Amino acid sequence: MPKPESVLCPSPAGLYCPPGDFHIDPTRPVARAVVTHGHADHARAGHGTVVATPETLAIMAARYGEDFAGSTEALRYGETLTRDGVEVSFAPAGHILGSAQAVVRAKGLTVVVSGDYKRRRDPTCAPFEPVACDVFVTEATFGIPVFNFPHDEDEIARLLKSVAQFDERTHLVGAYSLGKAQRVIALLRKAGYGETIYIHGAIESLNALYERFGIALGPTAPATAEKTKKSDFAGRIVVAPPASADDRWSRRFADPLSCFASGWMRVRARARQRQVELPLVISDHADWNELTSTLEEIRPGEVWITHGNEDALLRWCALKGQPARALSLVGYDQDEGES
Amino acid sequence: MRAFANLLDRLAFTPQRNGKLTLLRDFMRDTSDPERGWALAALTGELVFDAAKPAFIRKAVEARMDAELFALSYDYVGDLAETVALVWPAKPGANREPDLSEVVEALRSASRAQVQKLLEGWLDALDADGRWALLKLLTGGLRVGVSARLAKQALAAMGGVAIEEIEEVWHGQHPPYEDLFAWLEKRSDKPSADTPGRFRPVMLAQAIEAADFARLDAADFAAEWKWDGIRVQAVNERGHRRLFSRTGDDIGTSFPDVLDFLSFEGVIDGELLVLDAGRLRSFGDLQQRLNRKTADAKLLAKYPAGIRAYDLLLDGEEDLRGFTFRERRARLEAFIGRANSPRIDLSPLQPFSSWEELGELRAHPPDGDALLAEGLMLKRWDSVYEAGRPKGPWFKWKRDPHLIDAVLMYAQRGHGKRSGFYSDYTFGVWREDANGERQLTPVGKAYFGFTDEELKQIDKFVRDNTIERYGPVRVVKATRDFGLVFEVAFEGLQRSTRHKSGVAMRFPRISRLRWDKPARDADELATLERMLD
Repeated sequence: MPKPESVLCPSPAGLYCPPGDFHIDPTRPVARAVVTHGHADHARAGHGTVVATPETLAIMAARYGEDFAGSTEALRYGETLTRDGVEVSFAPAGHILGSAQAVVRAKGLTVVVSGDYKRRRDPTCAPFEPVACDVFVTEATFGIPVFNFPHDEDEIARLLKSVAQFDERTHLVGAYSLGKAQRVIALLRKAGYGETIYIHGAIESLNALYERFGIALGPTAPATAEKTKKSDFAGRIVVAPPASADDRWSRRFADPLSCFASGWMRVRARARQRQVELPLVISDHADWNELTSTLEEIRPGEVWITHGNEDALLRWCALKGQPARALSLVGYDQDEGES
Repeated sequence: MRAFANLLDRLAFTPQRNGKLTLLRDFMRDTSDPERGWALAALTGELVFDAAKPAFIRKAVEARMDAELFALSYDYVGDLAETVALVWPAKPGANREPDLSEVVEALRSASRAQVQKLLEGWLDALDADGRWALLKLLTGGLRVGVSARLAKQALAAMGGVAIEEIEEVWHGQHPPYEDLFAWLEKRSDKPSADTPGRFRPVMLAQAIEAADFARLDAADFAAEWKWDGIRVQAVNERGHRRLFSRTGDDIGTSFPDVLDFLSFEGVIDGELLVLDAGRLRSFGDLQQRLNRKTADAKLLAKYPAGIRAYDLLLDGEEDLRGFTFRERRARLEAFIGRANSPRIDLSPLQPFSSWEELGELRAHPPDGDALLAEGLMLKRWDSVYEAGRPKGPWFKWKRDPHLIDAVLMYAQRGHGKRSGFYSDYTFGVWREDANGERQLTPVGKAYFGFTDEELKQIDKFVRDNTIERYGPVRVVKATRDFGLVFEVAFEGLQRSTRHKSGVAMRFPRISRLRWDKPARDADELATLERMLD
């Protein structure tokens, strides 16, 4: 059997497939890129050719402009692209709209690069599909046993209870503009919240994109419209990227109550450090249970860990007799990025 | 347990008093008996368990998971209870979640060995937040910033009654406070306040304004020094000896020496001070005695506490609160004379005939105890003892604050209305370092005293001159040639081993922004050191 590294290996620009001559989620411009999803640390502008799902291509165009790459090739979930004896296909990753695991088959080996993923149901994207493989390349953003996330519904219920309780204040929910913001809005709708949700400008175009792909988000309005008074936002929910929620931008609202939707909020010190009053533990990444149960379900020949907190996951693999190694790829946000 | 856990969680992250009040009020309203009563007791420190030691909790979790995985987790989180709450590998098929009341009942009757068994079952049944609340409760570490006063205020808000009414009945009530809730929900009459040794809500003074003097007749008022200790109510009623803070917290266990000297029948209103053979010592000395669960003999000998009495609420069994101050004062003088105690003395009245004369006294207190006073108290001769802060009968006339010029060093973002602003400031003064260079050393922190307009200006200054950031804190450029000078007002200064500068300010606030003043002209640490008593 050939070595898996002859199909896929770490390189300075990211994971590289020598026989197919392409990179997956390259961190610098390359000739041919396969992109798993639209977050900025995985999808960068300036490549020669980009292969991605139609949704991811649309996200990249919305963020970087139509000319973000020399050429593009849309590949739907389940479709296969074959070149130079290498087959590439996408399986849903459940991370954000259009997110995919890249399945690479060559020389009789199957390598799955999962990108970022999660296992719980998300109304804004297709659910993760496990693919049998020889090598499973996983992230480990939350690869420590302390990260076990509660049910989304419970977190949204806490938010709605607080909105009822503090109806003179503005609930300012910090959520990354791609994926998390739309998911929080969709979850609020699922919980029966029908009021207008006010949004930061950075989220507007992405919301429109999600709706084009059939994800209904209900009534929203810009939080920065002309002629608004502070009191207009009392008792309302505003969704904004975390940096804006923290800063000057937030002054336009009545006594803002700062909420932050992120997996990091599971640890109190993190929430305190950001001065969050209502931490909402909602993540687009797999938590510890999801990471370990995914490995148990797939039982790959080898696990490669790209980035995140790999020590505990390596230990878990050792205890389970699961061969594993850390690639320690650089260039992917582990901290305050789009997690 | 879930409601209690959610409440704890919210309280821990809610910095504002009003926010905490809303959370507590709603919890009391929406939670049933006896759950809410036990929660109240746990929050106010009435209910303290040390049923589980950290070592045991650690052992229990390591029996269930790999020690290395646990160590990695503990390293990451840094707090044992929180780590265990998050990583606890629950066995499936656990019982339903326990109520807080179930936990309390069980802890009261179970042996230590039984508790440890119960604990594992509870941890299995609870979610991460519930486990955190349980572990904090069992290890005696609920630190969510709820004072007894705040809890009483929430009860008052819930029942639509004045807080003095709650304080009046509080000491006859015991967890889980079912009678109290029944009254607040108008399902029964007000519980009896006739418990010997109970707290009687205190009368407070308003700050006097310069304009007030013109309309007030000096002849209507008595004056005395405003002592710089803590307000207490000393009770000996039918053999029940108690020492209460002004909010009704029983602080007797910290002051067994004072309790010993309450050999009278009645209730005194006065100031708790460190009194060394009748001579007053500083507030800093009193602080050595505050907030301690117990007091050892050495501490008692080093910082002997006593009471300087200024009012009498109960003389024997006779309630004097309906009498005038003039009448109560005469009764008090006789009472203190009879008690003849080395640790209880009388706060002397200061005779005066005009406001000018009194103003002179305030500005130049005579040598002795008066030098340590915070200012003067003015009390109408005809005032009855009325709980709360009525307008008109009593005034406090504080000494002018100390002022220094200090340089802004660090700024932190505020909360709520101020969440987009850098509104909490650490400021410093100059000190010569080992190389003979002038360096700023932080001497205090203030977050009020400026207008909204000034806040915007300071915020802009902070943003424009940030040289480093640590989380929510910004380091602001401050050198000999550049910096923002604050005129800082404060009430007093103490030595402090916790602060690098060696001094700690009492009640500091920004009194003026000195945009005009060059940073190099701000004060030196030596100026502050000279103010130390």
